[in-house]
Amino acid sequence: MHKAQAPMLSVRNLEAWYGESHILHGVGIDVREGEVVTLLGRNGAGKTTTIKSIMGMVNKRSGSVSYEGQEIISWPSNKIARAGIAICPEERGIFSSLNVQENLLLPPQVRAGGLSVDEIYTLFPNLKERMYSQGTKLSGGEQQMLAIARILRTGARLLLLDEPTEGLAPVIIQQIAVTIKRLKEAGFTILLVEQNFRFAATVADRFYVMESGRVIDEIENTNLESNLTKLNEYLGV
Amino acid sequence: MIEIFGISSQALFGQLLIGLINGAFYAMLSLGLAVIFGMLNIINFCHGALYMIGAFVAWMLLNWLGIGYWWALLISPIITGALGVVIERLFLQRLRDLDHLYGLLLTFGLALILEGVFRQNFGASGLPYRIPPELTGGTNLGFMFLPNYRAWVIVLSLFVCLGTWFAIEYTRLGSYLRAATENPALVQAFGVNVSRMITLTYGFGVALAAIAGVLAAPIYQVSPLMGSNIIIVVFAVVVIGGMGSILGSIVTGFGLGIAEGLTKVFYPEASSTVIFVIMAIVLLIRPSGLFGKGA
Ligand SMILES: Nc1ncnc2c1ncn2[C@@H]1O[C@H](COP(=O)(O)OP(=O)(O)OP(=O)(O)O)[C@@H](O)[C@H]1O
Ligand SMILES: [Mg+2]
Repeated sequence: MHKAQAPMLSVRNLEAWYGESHILHGVGIDVREGEVVTLLGRNGAGKTTTIKSIMGMVNKRSGSVSYEGQEIISWPSNKIARAGIAICPEERGIFSSLNVQENLLLPPQVRAGGLSVDEIYTLFPNLKERMYSQGTKLSGGEQQMLAIARILRTGARLLLLDEPTEGLAPVIIQQIAVTIKRLKEAGFTILLVEQNFRFAATVADRFYVMESGRVIDEIENTNLESNLTKLNEYLGV
Repeated sequence: MIEIFGISSQALFGQLLIGLINGAFYAMLSLGLAVIFGMLNIINFCHGALYMIGAFVAWMLLNWLGIGYWWALLISPIITGALGVVIERLFLQRLRDLDHLYGLLLTFGLALILEGVFRQNFGASGLPYRIPPELTGGTNLGFMFLPNYRAWVIVLSLFVCLGTWFAIEYTRLGSYLRAATENPALVQAFGVNVSRMITLTYGFGVALAAIAGVLAAPIYQVSPLMGSNIIIVVFAVVVIGGMGSILGSIVTGFGLGIAEGLTKVFYPEASSTVIFVIMAIVLLIRPSGLFGKGA
């Protein structure tokens, strides 16, 4: 039923470079409104580079990225943000010179319809307690929560989450899974990068598998069982 | 007359006052340098020249257009700040991805050019600028005579410095600034035009220098060399306070002004070198400066 609507985000022939090194070689992915789509792949496959290229954070890039019908490949990242895309980076990017509340309030509102600060604190009660602590004094899990929380306020509809479970304890990973499901219910569209396949399986509608800067496979969550052997091979598990 | 350690209180407080005045200028100038360094990663060597231009703009406003001190205090920072914006857009922007050193060399060259232009046109000797009539005279505090204009310089400079500090530490705009100092790419990816913010920050730092220049005009004379005379000391202040620390530059600026004044009372021979001695000691003990973070 999803297939009928035009995708919210459509990436075609995306190429990206860091200086002279050619990292992405024609990546193509679609994300439809309301979906949670996961990019899987081994270390160095180009998942982060894909996300950053969509966000406009890789200087040298070509191909096509179309968001809600607009071609955004040549836009600067601040303009892409204003169009309604927000990133939660792999290294989390919590600012040490800002306290928790300032970190939370930092990203400017780009559209109406984001969560209110109260709603965010309900979703992440830990953050409220630590409102005035220095951002980087939080635990790894709390910092991850904060990195997700701060992009929910802005009115962005498409969230790019880069390995939100990396280096976190199972309990926290579970909490993040619950959060992502709630965000999906709230109508957010999510492009998720994950190496933790078991986690991704609990939240994602669809998976793309990346290798050496290319998408080598696409799998629906409903067909997951029959593809497990193949997936394990891709990911080298 | 009261004497402390054989020194009259008159002399002591007199030198303290001079120290405070100098400190006020050190603080305003090193604050601008700190703001610029934090955001642009550039050691702004033409800061002294821009301070000089701030004073000259006030002088030109008065002598060419008949616009007095109070308007100059507003107009000169705007004009000089706009010049800063042009410098940033024309030159500094192109150096953003390069090493520190390029910015330092470029601004050093600019300082030489700017000072040369003014020396060519106005000569090397100072031009007088009168204290505004509202601030002439002084107040007898009992233990010393306080000229009103000097009191005004200290008050306004404190106000400007603390206002800047407050804006950076406690406002939304300030949180953008602090965040962009840490990770400009991410702040930009949140939808902030960081490039414009960098340009405006430079303009603001320059405007701070221009305010200092206008304040200085009636105290020191307006001269093409006024900037290079003070800027060497200001760089020492920045090194002592810790490159890029906002509050550090303010506290160190005033503190070192006072230290210099006191040295003049107790050991006049060292008064012109005391700041550099302190700098050497601080560099030995805390290479990142008194308020600097990390190494
Ligand atoms: N800033 C950079 N400069 C140069 N090369 C880079 C840079 N960032 C990443 N690369 C290279 O680009 C390739 C893809 O990296 P990317 O970070 O996109 O991988 P990834 O799939 O996100 O991996 P991981 O799962 O480890 O996060 C790697 O070979 C990496 O070494
Ligand atoms: Mg990655």
